[in-house]
Formats: sequence, C-alpha cells, structure tokens
Amino acid sequence: MGRVEINPDTSNRTLPKAATGIQGLDDITSGGLPRGRPTLVCGSPGCGKTLMAIEFLVRGAVQYAEPGVFMAFEETSEELAQNVRSLGFDLEALARENMLRVDYVHVERSEIEETGEYDLDGLFIRLGHAIDSIGAKRVVLDTLETLFGGLSNAAIVRSELRRLFRWLKGKGVTGVITAERGDGTLTRHGLEEYVSDCVILLDHRVTEQLSTRRLRIVKYRGTTHGTNEYPFLIDDAGISVLPVTSLGLQHTASGERTSTGIPRLDEMLGGEGVFKGTSVLVSGTAGTGKTSVAAHFVDAACRRGERCLYVASEESESQLTRNMRSIGIDLEPWTANGALRFHAARPTAYGLEMHLATLHKMVNEFDPTVVAVDPISTFLNAGTAREAEAMLTRLVDFLKGRQITAVMTNLTHGGTAAERTEGGISSIIDTWLLLRDIELGGERNRGLYVLKSRGMAHSNQIREFLLTDRGVELNDVYVGPEGVLTGSMRAAQEAREKAVTLTRQQEIERRQRELETKRQALDAQIEALRAKFEAEQSELELIIGQEEAAAQRLRDDRKDVERIRKADRSAAERSDA
Amino acid sequence: MKVNPDPEPQEEGPLRLVEVAAAETVDPAMWDLRLYVAGKTAKSVAAFENLSRICEEHLAGKYKIEVVDLLVHPQLAQGDQIVAIPTLVRKLPEPIRKVIGDLSNAERTLVGLQLRPARSGAEDAS
Repeated sequence: MGRVEINPDTSNRTLPKAATGIQGLDDITSGGLPRGRPTLVCGSPGCGKTLMAIEFLVRGAVQYAEPGVFMAFEETSEELAQNVRSLGFDLEALARENMLRVDYVHVERSEIEETGEYDLDGLFIRLGHAIDSIGAKRVVLDTLETLFGGLSNAAIVRSELRRLFRWLKGKGVTGVITAERGDGTLTRHGLEEYVSDCVILLDHRVTEQLSTRRLRIVKYRGTTHGTNEYPFLIDDAGISVLPVTSLGLQHTASGERTSTGIPRLDEMLGGEGVFKGTSVLVSGTAGTGKTSVAAHFVDAACRRGERCLYVASEESESQLTRNMRSIGIDLEPWTANGALRFHAARPTAYGLEMHLATLHKMVNEFDPTVVAVDPISTFLNAGTAREAEAMLTRLVDFLKGRQITAVMTNLTHGGTAAERTEGGISSIIDTWLLLRDIELGGERNRGLYVLKSRGMAHSNQIREFLLTDRGVELNDVYVGPEGVLTGSMRAAQEAREKAVTLTRQQEIERRQRELETKRQALDAQIEALRAKFEAEQSELELIIGQEEAAAQRLRDDRKDVERIRKADRSAAERSDA
Repeated sequence: MKVNPDPEPQEEGPLRLVEVAAAETVDPAMWDLRLYVAGKTAKSVAAFENLSRICEEHLAGKYKIEVVDLLVHPQLAQGDQIVAIPTLVRKLPEPIRKVIGDLSNAERTLVGLQLRPARSGAEDAS
C-alpha cells in the first residue's frame, strides 16, 4: 500500500540528544539537550545559569569526551575557574588537555564609538576559531544579552544573533545560551524567539526565609519531557535536579518481610513484621516511645547484617546512643562496624530540597536497607506544609523505588486527632503504628496499636507498651468488666483476679479432699457390711447343714422303724414318694 | 607612516605588532591604529577608505594603520576584544579607544578617536 504509519516504537522516535551528565536533568529531558542545537537557559540573577552551563561543559568533557567552548561575556576565565573550583571542576586542567576553551568577551560601551554599518563577524570568528581549535562539540554563550548593553544598535545585534544561532546549528554544536529573565518575559531581550528548540527556566524562590531553586522545561521541541517544576540544588558536587515525581509508581512490591525487632509487634503484624521496602510510620504524642521503636527496628536490621541510615533531626548521635542504651539497645557497635550511619541535622538548618538531596546522596553512597527518619514532624517547620508533604512523598517514593524500608516517626500534638498526620502523608504510609497515652488511675501509660498495615492481616488489639531495660515490651492490656486497664491498675486488677482465682482453687481442693474422705468412709462401711453379711451367711449355711442332717436322720429312723414293724411295702413306698 | 592600501590577508601581521610596540617607545606622539576586518567586504573596504581619508586630514605624518584580517588570524580577535567587524582600535595614544562600523560618519569617528571633544555627553545631558 505504501502508506506511512505512525512508528509504534517509542525508542527511536526522539531527537538525538547530548547528555548533560547533570544529575536528574537527563531524566526529565529523557536523555539530555537537543544535540547540535542551541538550548536557552534563562532565569533571574543568581539562579545558577552559569553553573549549569559550565557543568554541562565540564561533564561533557569528562564523562562524554566532548570538548567544549565557554564564551563568557560577564566573567573572566580566571574568575570562572575560581568560582567553580569549589565544585571540584578544574577548568585550567581541562584547558591544558584541550577539552575546554574559555574565551572572555568584553564589550565596554564607554570605550566604543559606533559609526555606520557593522556586523558581529568578530564574534563568529572568535567562536569558530575556539570551536575548531579543540574540535568542540559543545558551546556555551554566557550571557549573550550583555551585547545589547555593549552595543547601541539593537537592530544589528538582533539580526546578528539570529544569524549566530543559525550558524551554530550549521556547525552542529550543542549549545547552551544563558539569558537573564525579563519582566514578564522569559528573557530580557526576547532571545526565546531565536532559540526555539529547547528552553529551560531556572528559578530561585525564597519562601519563609528558606530558598528553593527550581527548574522547569518550558519547551522542548520534538521530544517528550517532564513539564513540572523540579527542585534542584547546588552543592559541592554541582547541580542535582530531583526528578522524583517522574519516578511514578512503578516500584515492585516485595513479598519479603522484615522484623521490627520487637517480637510481639511482629506478631501483631501478621506474625512476620512489615514488608521489605515499605514505609512505616510511628506516630504519637511526646514521650510515647517513638524513637525507641525506631531504634529497635534499626538494631534488628544491623543484627541481621544490613546497613541502616538514621536521620536524626532532634537529637545528636551521642545523645541518641546514650538514651537508647538506657533501654538496653546498644547502637554503638553498629556505628563502629559501619552498619549504622547517623545523619543528624536540624531541618531548619537549610531548605527541604537541600535535605532531600542530601538524603538522596547519602542513600546513593551508603546503600542502606533501612532508613529511619526521626522525626519527620520537624521537617514541617522547615517549609510550608505543602512543601514538606511533597518532600516526604518524594522521599518515600525514592526509598520505595530502591526497596528500602523507611521507618519514620511523627510527633503528633495532643488535642488533635491521633489518626491525623500534619503532613497529610498518611496515604503514602504502608504501616502505621500509633502510640498513645492512656491516662488512668493517676498514671500515664503507653498503648500501641496498628492503625493500618497494607497487605497483611494485622492485629486490632491495643497492647500496653513498656520501656524496660531490655527494650520495648508489649503486654496485653486488661480488658474486663472494669474496662481497659493498663499500668499499675492492670497489675492490681490482675493481682485481685489472681487472689480470687487462688481462693477458688483452694475451695475446689478442699471439696475434693472432702469427697475423698466421704468415699473412704463409704468404702469402710461397705466393707463392714460385707463382713457382717459373710458372717451371717456362714452361720446360715451351718444351720442349713444341720437341718438337712436332722431330716436325713429322721428318714433313716423311719426306715428303721418300718423295717422293724415290717410294714406294708406299698405304704412305705408311698411315704417315700 | 605606513599605510597598507589593501586590507588583504598579510602573513606578516603578528610580526608587525612587535614593530609597532618598538615604534611606541621611540615616538610617543605616533598614532597607532589597527583596523580589524573579516575578508574583503564592502564594509571593510569602505572603513579602510574612510579611515585613510580622516587620518590624512587630521593626523598627517604621525599615524600608522594596520589592517588585521581575522579570517587569516582569528586568534588576534581575542587580544583586542573584537566582537564587531569592522572595528578600529586606537592602540596609541592610550587609553585604548574603539570605533566600530564602516566609519562613514567622520564626525563620530573623530569623536571616537578623541580627535574632537565628544558632544554625545552634552547631548545626553540635554
């Protein structure tokens, strides 16, 4: 038929791309920037444009063996090299190896007079020379718009820039052009009109004194891309974009179980503990023992020879270790042998994104099977509730994706419903343990129950939660006619019941003894009667014998008499009969 | 005085820079001008012609014009921070001044070379 059909194979549909090597950016662009075309990176001052551009070049040179040219309009090459040295990028070394060329273009309006026609061939020649000298595949122009400040004839600059982008495409280099964000427009001078293949917008926002950097792909012609705003951060390893929301819900669910470290709790969770790679939330009011539960979990994992990451946002490592020792959990050997790593930092120390990225990084480096976050509630103070929720959702998603069991504690405040989490994160939690105070009879006791546990038959019972010097113990609570009792009241009630039971027991024993005595008495009586009977029987038998003997004797006597009288035979026979 | 009448590629371009530097120490009154072009285009030819005329009128006997073709010596563009073509650079006397364009406006060229007091400042103020 010769009909053209839509290619059903998605793998070879997209444009050729040049991987940036920037963590996360290649994920959301599904492979990188459009190869052989310019990309516009715009944003307000200080949002990380230059850094992103330079990382694109450095990673291109180091990871993909693609030499690059950096045309700097704002900073000299020395300044640039200095600025990125803290990220571990050595521009001078790359330049020595002919993998990078930095050309500082300085246009000073005060020393330039313009008269008549001109073009920007000088720029083209410089760029072309730099590209050709090292065979560059990547080019950065940072920030091209300063030309508008240095040259007064905007019409010429405009038409020359249009020509420049066409020329760059013709050269086949992958370009990154940075531009300042304008008022209501993406760039101050409308560069987005010329660079139409890919536009990335960077943003630096400060909300409640905490700053968050965000990245959005405004446009990417000819390819699918993530459209959301992705937080990104700049730390000592450069830029990392966090495309966590792009992970989706594709993680495989493990059927394997993991012990919580508290046998009775495992028993409550269908007998085997929680599923591996799920999220466990331990929530409760202050002092209900959330940290102890988390410590048990971590201790059990270390005991099994697994690695754990403990994120403590309220206590320092040594404080936590000391406190846990008091309930018989010694975490020190685990930190010593490297099975347990602590990460203690106040959430308010830096923004949520930074926290998330730090955790990402630590998890990637350390590769634990259990991550404890104690508590997550403090993260809510570090940003707005929605941000915190988004951050925790992404954290849980990330950990699930890596089959890591997450144990999180959450401090709830008295007065609010215990079933509510501030972060509204309950929906992402698989197993939710609720610790609550039970105030009764002038004392406060702890109760634990399983609010929910996805995918298993779990106990619906409240257990009394005891912190002993051998760790956490769970006891049955007393449920009886007096209601639910815990603590000393439970103990008293149990003692009372024990006393009652004992009395009853004694009564039964007494009655049994009585019965035994009676039986024995009866037996004795029966024995006596039988003896009497036997005596009477033998007496009667004796009498009967005597009587029979007498009768015999009588008959014998009569016969003798007959014989003597010679009596009528027949009469005698008759009498015999 | 040395005038290169043709902005054609010159192989000895970089060599001449050394000569210029030597000339500076010898004669501080000498005007050292350098015209950057990219090939023999209408604009560069016009710029060179305009420049020669102006120099003859105002600096007769004490100027030096050197034409640098960046198509031949692209590496020279970086040193004088050349972006636009054509660009006239006044290397001496100091400070460095640049005039870009085909120099068709003699007045502005003279202002750019500081052979005439700038009126642009007064215009800006008004």
